[in-house]
Amino acid sequence: MVQQKSTGQRNQQKSTEQKNQQKSTEQRNQQKSTEQRNQQKSTEQKNQQKSMQREWKLTVPASPEEISLLKAGDAVSLSGCILTGRDAAHKRMTEYLDKGIALPFDIKDQGIYYTGPCPAAPGKIIGSCGPTTSSRMDRYTPRLLDLGLKIMIGKGQRSPEVIDAMVRNGAVYLAAVGGAGALIAQCVKKAQVIAFEDLGPEAVYRLEVKNFPLTVAIDARGNNLYDIGPRQYRQL
Amino acid sequence: MKEITAETISGAVEKLCVEACCHLGEDVKSLLRQAREKEESPFGMQILDQLLRNIDTAETEHLPVCQDTGMAVIFLEIGQDVHITGGGLTDAVNEGVRRGYQKGYLRKSVLTPLKRENTGDNTPAVLHTEITEGDRMKITVAPKGFGSENMSRIGMLKPSDGIEGVKKFVLDTMIRAGANPCPPVILGVGIGGTMEKAAYLSKKALLRKAGAPNPDPDLAALEQELLASVNKTGIGPQGLGGRTTALAVSVETFPTHLAALPVAVNIQCHVARHAEAVL
Repeated sequence: MVQQKSTGQRNQQKSTEQKNQQKSTEQRNQQKSTEQRNQQKSTEQKNQQKSMQREWKLTVPASPEEISLLKAGDAVSLSGCILTGRDAAHKRMTEYLDKGIALPFDIKDQGIYYTGPCPAAPGKIIGSCGPTTSSRMDRYTPRLLDLGLKIMIGKGQRSPEVIDAMVRNGAVYLAAVGGAGALIAQCVKKAQVIAFEDLGPEAVYRLEVKNFPLTVAIDARGNNLYDIGPRQYRQL
Repeated sequence: MKEITAETISGAVEKLCVEACCHLGEDVKSLLRQAREKEESPFGMQILDQLLRNIDTAETEHLPVCQDTGMAVIFLEIGQDVHITGGGLTDAVNEGVRRGYQKGYLRKSVLTPLKRENTGDNTPAVLHTEITEGDRMKITVAPKGFGSENMSRIGMLKPSDGIEGVKKFVLDTMIRAGANPCPPVILGVGIGGTMEKAAYLSKKALLRKAGAPNPDPDLAALEQELLASVNKTGIGPQGLGGRTTALAVSVETFPTHLAALPVAVNIQCHVARHAEAVL
């Protein structure tokens, strides 16, 4: 399942349309940053970051090299298979591990998306499925990272313990847009409950996604956009 | 005396649950568009664009705007000349919630607090009733997501803390909440009364059309001041940095005890849902 192509190569293979889009965004940002530099010199660092947002096409499972290329603030368009899991599933995974029972799915090198989808209406693959608040999973997360979990997708800040475990294990945390559940549902091409079905909306699904739009919130070196981003705009 | 059947109430609640979850009001859309125009952060701009696209997708695909279709919070204003027939009021409301969440393919998120056993149909609803004059019944369904509910806060301030203390409490609540309540948010602020009254007012403040000012000019000015200060935190859309942390602040007040200054902040994410009907 390890991808042959480097992320950089895949990035080059983007459709022309996307390239153009990226270009125009860059141009806009450059323009904007020029304006702002004139207005306010102290914001130079911020503008540099603004005009440098990189975009990656990432197929999961991803290799450690691919994950290490991702930097806090980069945009990621993610495709491939991911697991879902939120509060009750995390609690149960931990109970299994405490009792020495094997998990009913492999988490090594996998990605977990913190979501509890709405039920699918007839003819639909899935209902709305935006991210839930990741910090509620923090208690359980370092252990899963030590077992090889590589990608987490959710929203909001993580604990120092989680970030330490990410750095230790070369894992990345990607932010999805909270409250954009209908839009994200359009990226889901297949959805299947694979474990803990009794948990209802909290069951574990395997989702096949295509071009799921994400932002690198915390990278494998511990750079944290939830700290860096707001600091640049704080006026208090 | 006007008779309203329990079935009529159930039917109305059913419809309002689905409507509130799948169609976001023009008030919020318009505030999001205005915020998009003013936002300086590239992340912020991208996110606000996605949120606007999401609302349209929910409409066209008949999907809930957010997968957290919440706990059903229902406000009933019941005219004192209304007589409910054919069943109990609470049962009628819960039946409406049950049907709405099942037929609308909404997520069932309600469970027992300690054993965490899902009730399976999103009941019971949180029901607030108020007896009013006349013979009409106004039903407002406001499904509340818990990403934002979890970051809400109540404080029993001292009278000596005064209005500056209230402002600080609101700002601190937003800073502590950070990215978790899915900014941009709308803040409902309840000031005065008792502990539960302040909390109730903060929730009720969220029923107001988003961005509509309090009719009292002093309170309207306080709302504007609070909004400006919250938007200086830099938290921004989704907490990734930017100018748009809140879209609106709504303040409601009630007289309180001479020993007290209760203040409650109910945080509402940008999916500010409420649908109403009058029977």
